[in-house]
Amino acid sequence: MSATPTAREEILARMRRALDGAGEAPVPPREYRRSLETGADITAMLIDRLVDYKANVHHGLASIAAALGDAQRVVVPADLPEDWRLGGAEFVPDTELSTADLDGMDAVLTGCAAAVAVSGTIMLDAGAAQGRRAITLVPDHHVVVVRRDQIVGHLAEALPMLDRTAPQTWISGPSATSDIELQRVEGVHGPRRLDVVLLED
Amino acid sequence: MSPEIVPAASLIPADAPFPKAAKVALGMPQLRKNLAHATGTIRAKRANVAGELDDWEPLRDTAAAIKADVQHRLPELAVEFERNATAAGAHVHWARDAQEANAIAARIVREAGADEVVKVKSMATQEIELNEHFEAVGLKAFETDLAELIVQLAEDRPSHILVPAIHYNRTEIRDIFDQRMSDAPKGLTDEPAALAEAARQHLRRRFLSAKVAVSGANFAVAETGSLVVVESEGNGRMCLTMPQTLISIVGIEKLLPSFSDLEVFMQLLPRSSTGERMNPYTSVWTGAREGDGPQDVHVILLDNGRTGVLADEVGRQALSCIRCSACLNVCPVYERTGGHAYGHVYPGPIGAILAPQLEPGRHDDLPYASSLCGACYEVCPVKINIPEVLVHLRQQGPHQAGERAAMGGAKAVMARPRLWRAALKAARLGSMPWRRKGFLRRLPWPGSKWTVSRDLPVPPKEDFRDWWKERQR
Repeated sequence: MSATPTAREEILARMRRALDGAGEAPVPPREYRRSLETGADITAMLIDRLVDYKANVHHGLASIAAALGDAQRVVVPADLPEDWRLGGAEFVPDTELSTADLDGMDAVLTGCAAAVAVSGTIMLDAGAAQGRRAITLVPDHHVVVVRRDQIVGHLAEALPMLDRTAPQTWISGPSATSDIELQRVEGVHGPRRLDVVLLED
Repeated sequence: MSPEIVPAASLIPADAPFPKAAKVALGMPQLRKNLAHATGTIRAKRANVAGELDDWEPLRDTAAAIKADVQHRLPELAVEFERNATAAGAHVHWARDAQEANAIAARIVREAGADEVVKVKSMATQEIELNEHFEAVGLKAFETDLAELIVQLAEDRPSHILVPAIHYNRTEIRDIFDQRMSDAPKGLTDEPAALAEAARQHLRRRFLSAKVAVSGANFAVAETGSLVVVESEGNGRMCLTMPQTLISIVGIEKLLPSFSDLEVFMQLLPRSSTGERMNPYTSVWTGAREGDGPQDVHVILLDNGRTGVLADEVGRQALSCIRCSACLNVCPVYERTGGHAYGHVYPGPIGAILAPQLEPGRHDDLPYASSLCGACYEVCPVKINIPEVLVHLRQQGPHQAGERAAMGGAKAVMARPRLWRAALKAARLGSMPWRRKGFLRRLPWPGSKWTVSRDLPVPPKEDFRDWWKERQR
């Protein structure tokens, strides 16, 4: 053991000294809402929020082709369901694509882990049909498929659906900035176009 | 030809006392106009989306209590975070101060074989002046947040926690891009969309080829060892995903006990800061994940004065801050002076209680940069009682000899009822000529020290004691 304490030891000692005699803090109250009122139309609410963020919303499997627009080359996670690969585009599975390869893609098509109606948030956790983070970031157009059973009302309902220690991206609309006069402008570094395809059961 | 760029920070002296610096800022009409416009916009948006949630107050109560709990359990939570992040493949470092944090970060960059980094907007790295340190040791740090990019190109300093370039309007931003960005498109207009596009083109190649990124974190989850970064543009995702090496510098107060606590903070933060139901992008990562994002992941846990703040029972609530900047946007002082006048990376009401605590002995004038109106406390998503801490710090801070003498005199008089009554009577008589006006504009020295920035109300014709005596009869 060296005579001079490490930064770790010293910071921990400072914390303990600072808290000497501070006792314990009370247990936090949990009076806030954890779900929406029963009967709330969460799909309608999700659509409302997505449109507010200037995302495009489509309905049904067949609308994937329309959502992809005129994209020629579409990167997909290797495990994307075969029957989602609709339309005239070339679907390129992500098997060790380089950054340059990804930069040459017109769009990306994935699924998601959960969607939150109240805030219009679509959550990816690198699980089934989602792929690694780079594929939903570098292409300028993201088409994401949301199944009805993945939609929940509230953030508190969505968190337990996620793989907590997997890399996550929570997406609420296309890339945007509020840095110029605090007005929201869509389209900076992330995908500038976000299309959401809702699948009924 | 667009006008010459004059960074606001070059006009407002950073080391001057607040009243002096504020006076300079108040004399800049364009700055005041830009600030009033921007803060007005965001205030309305925040009020709107906060009002949408019928459980806003219970959420604030929970957030405040979680943060208080974190402060009380800081040593155990820091160690728990370290254990879980390390198990997930991250390298956790500890830094006592700015110098140590900068040295660790620079060493990691060199070991990664790089001489430049891309940066996600981070208050912690501004606080430790990482960019300046990197430059001094021959490394380059490129800011990628749009507002940070504007500030860096203008060779200015940030003036707001969330929107560091809040003091510039669109035309000024256009001029900065036009003159300082080598690849700015010809004929760039001041349309925000065109400006955003120019920034996208400017940074794209750098993102896709960067080897090392530096970030901060909004939250550090002890239970899982995860870090969370909340952003809008996607520059954060680029930095957190594309490079091989990622260095995150995280203040020890950013810890949260459990992953599910995000259900509280991720409702409060976006609504309080940009006035959105949710920010466009939130990234959560835990150590390194094979085949997905950076493989060489570092976390630097930063003290830099925080344990000193923790030791103050009243003042420690400043460590609850989640850097939303709602308090800046509602502050009548901030709205008029802007951030530079505070002379610290944390401006506004939160800066007025954080800066003097993080750097004891400096910024003792900042707790006075407030009218104690309490608007900051009302909007604070974690319920920091900023006015309470301001008063506390005023009491603790140094007082001038003149003020001490005046207070000593007042105390001597107030402690003797007969003297006090006589003093009141004298004041009533002496102020008779101004009774109709109701207040005095200017007192002779030393009273002028008081009236230079305030009016002195004239004592009423009849005081409470006389009124009560009369009533008893």
